[in-house]
Amino acid sequence: MTLAVDVTSRRGAFEVRAAFEAEAGRTVALLGPNGSGKSTLVSTIAGLVPPVEGAITLDAAVLDDPANDVHVQPERRPIGVVFQDLLLFPHLSAMENAAFPLRARGVTKPEARRRASELLARLGLANRADARPRELSGGEAQRVALARALIVEPALLLLDEPLSALDVAARMRVRELVRDELARFPGVRIIVTHDPVEASILAERLVLLEDGRVTQIGTPEEIRSAPRSRYAADLVGVNAVRGVLEPIGEGTGRLISSEGTLVAPWPEWYVEGEVVGIVRPIDVTLWPDRPEGSARNVLSGRVTSVAIEGDRARVRLATEPQLVAEVTLGSVERLGLRPGVEVWASFKAVEVELLPP
Amino acid sequence: MATDSRRSPSTASSPLRRGRSPAGFVVLAALGVALVALPLLGLVLRTPWSRIAEILTNETALTALRLSLIVATTAAAISFVLGFPLAWVLVRSTFPGKTLVRAIVVLPLVMPPVVAGVGLLAAFGRRSGLVGSWLYDWFGIQLTFTTAAAVLAATFVSFPLAVLALEAGLRGLDERLEDAASTLGASRWYVLRRVTVPLLGPQIAAALVLSWARALGEFGATITFAGNLQGRTQTLPLAVFEQLQTDTDAAFAVSMLLIFLAFAVILGLRGRFLR
Repeated sequence: MTLAVDVTSRRGAFEVRAAFEAEAGRTVALLGPNGSGKSTLVSTIAGLVPPVEGAITLDAAVLDDPANDVHVQPERRPIGVVFQDLLLFPHLSAMENAAFPLRARGVTKPEARRRASELLARLGLANRADARPRELSGGEAQRVALARALIVEPALLLLDEPLSALDVAARMRVRELVRDELARFPGVRIIVTHDPVEASILAERLVLLEDGRVTQIGTPEEIRSAPRSRYAADLVGVNAVRGVLEPIGEGTGRLISSEGTLVAPWPEWYVEGEVVGIVRPIDVTLWPDRPEGSARNVLSGRVTSVAIEGDRARVRLATEPQLVAEVTLGSVERLGLRPGVEVWASFKAVEVELLPP
Repeated sequence: MATDSRRSPSTASSPLRRGRSPAGFVVLAALGVALVALPLLGLVLRTPWSRIAEILTNETALTALRLSLIVATTAAAISFVLGFPLAWVLVRSTFPGKTLVRAIVVLPLVMPPVVAGVGLLAAFGRRSGLVGSWLYDWFGIQLTFTTAAAVLAATFVSFPLAVLALEAGLRGLDERLEDAASTLGASRWYVLRRVTVPLLGPQIAAALVLSWARALGEFGATITFAGNLQGRTQTLPLAVFEQLQTDTDAAFAVSMLLIFLAFAVILGLRGRFLR
């Protein structure tokens, strides 16, 4: 079974345009910063926000096709959704919440209660069946929401930020549970998150969403080795500069972006258009004064932040383009690195790795 | 900058200022309470307690009580059945003239009841009423001077209260719960029955109780439009008015009964207005 999404959706002035596929048995994570359009996309797939263009299909079933006036109502879609703030019904018990989708489909009360009890027991909530949502802990409420989405065995399971409402301790426990439930769920599985760690733990395939557009699709490894946007690069901890190339001879070129210019080796495959230059923070060297030497990329700027991780520090620089450098704690001390200090950064042309966009 | 100084933390959070009210305010507040309490006290003192059982079980009072309960309950039911969809439309859809519609619906709250009665005559009167003459000519239906007219008059004045209470409830409802319900396979009707209405329970109760109480007390519109016919249109307030001219004791006793019902309503709202 495959969900194919290729839509444009609008909410007010905000527009999301996204195309991706999700196959049964492989979890897809929609990963993006806040405001990137993840929630709008979730609402569109769930049928709450009809797309203005494009189509959503689940195998042969067309769920949305505005050009042909097709829009399957939310209640007729084989989709189980766990919303970001869960949206459990406050006037119903945990059991009644879990049984709701069955009752809505005309299953008799005793049968619905029996199946809800079974599922709640499997999720470790056997003794909380009679509790109202406000009496449940965050983790318990999360599990009730999961039970409610799973009980009718939908073809597609859609989890919107399943862990964001939980505290750190509960998050670890619920993450294990979500992972187990995802693993045993036979249909199409989509999770939405802004947390790259969560995404790479729970999903086999990532769809990166930025500012209403899909910027990259791939496995976590693929994105780690070849990030194609500033956001993706930030996620995996490298610098990325997107721009066009201009030859400057000797097998090198100038990567011109709106934020600044880098010198890079000329790639044989390049024909025209935009490319992404990756610079690993470990390759960026910092100096108190303009460095002498063979490095072709020499930039100056102020330090904007210094984050210490173990015996190393990640230093953000307001150079053009902006860079992150990874240095030793010794260097931090020797160069007096702290926000506001002017420094020079250098790296060789060959340390800029060019990737097709 | 009056608002600024009022919001400044030094005055707002000062425990000293909180507990102390200006002396003038205390006097005026006490006068306000007296204004409401004195007539109540008067009623309690003037009620012929030794005869009350006898008065309230006589034919006139019992008939008026029964009629009042029928009229008020029917009016509250109609107000809810028509008010819920109206509140829904006012909260959830946009259409030109919405403000005007709301203003028209709320108008009976501030309109003199006798004017309401005159308006009802103009609409439903047998001879010259906009709809009334047509009803009479075609179907032989006459509304004026019937119990139906008393119900209509009571509904006219209680309807706005039901609409306002339901509107407030719908406005405060998290629509995403209804969205969630529909993604869980619930049809619109099922969402309404299992999610919307149960979540609005308190507001629906408030709408019913408020409109019932308002209908129970209606006098001006009823006497103007429906007349004062014992057993058909003479509700409790009308009975009080009539008895005031013949048997003052009976007027006080029936008034006491109405006060008792009003008090029950306030308790029925479970202190919604008492906190």
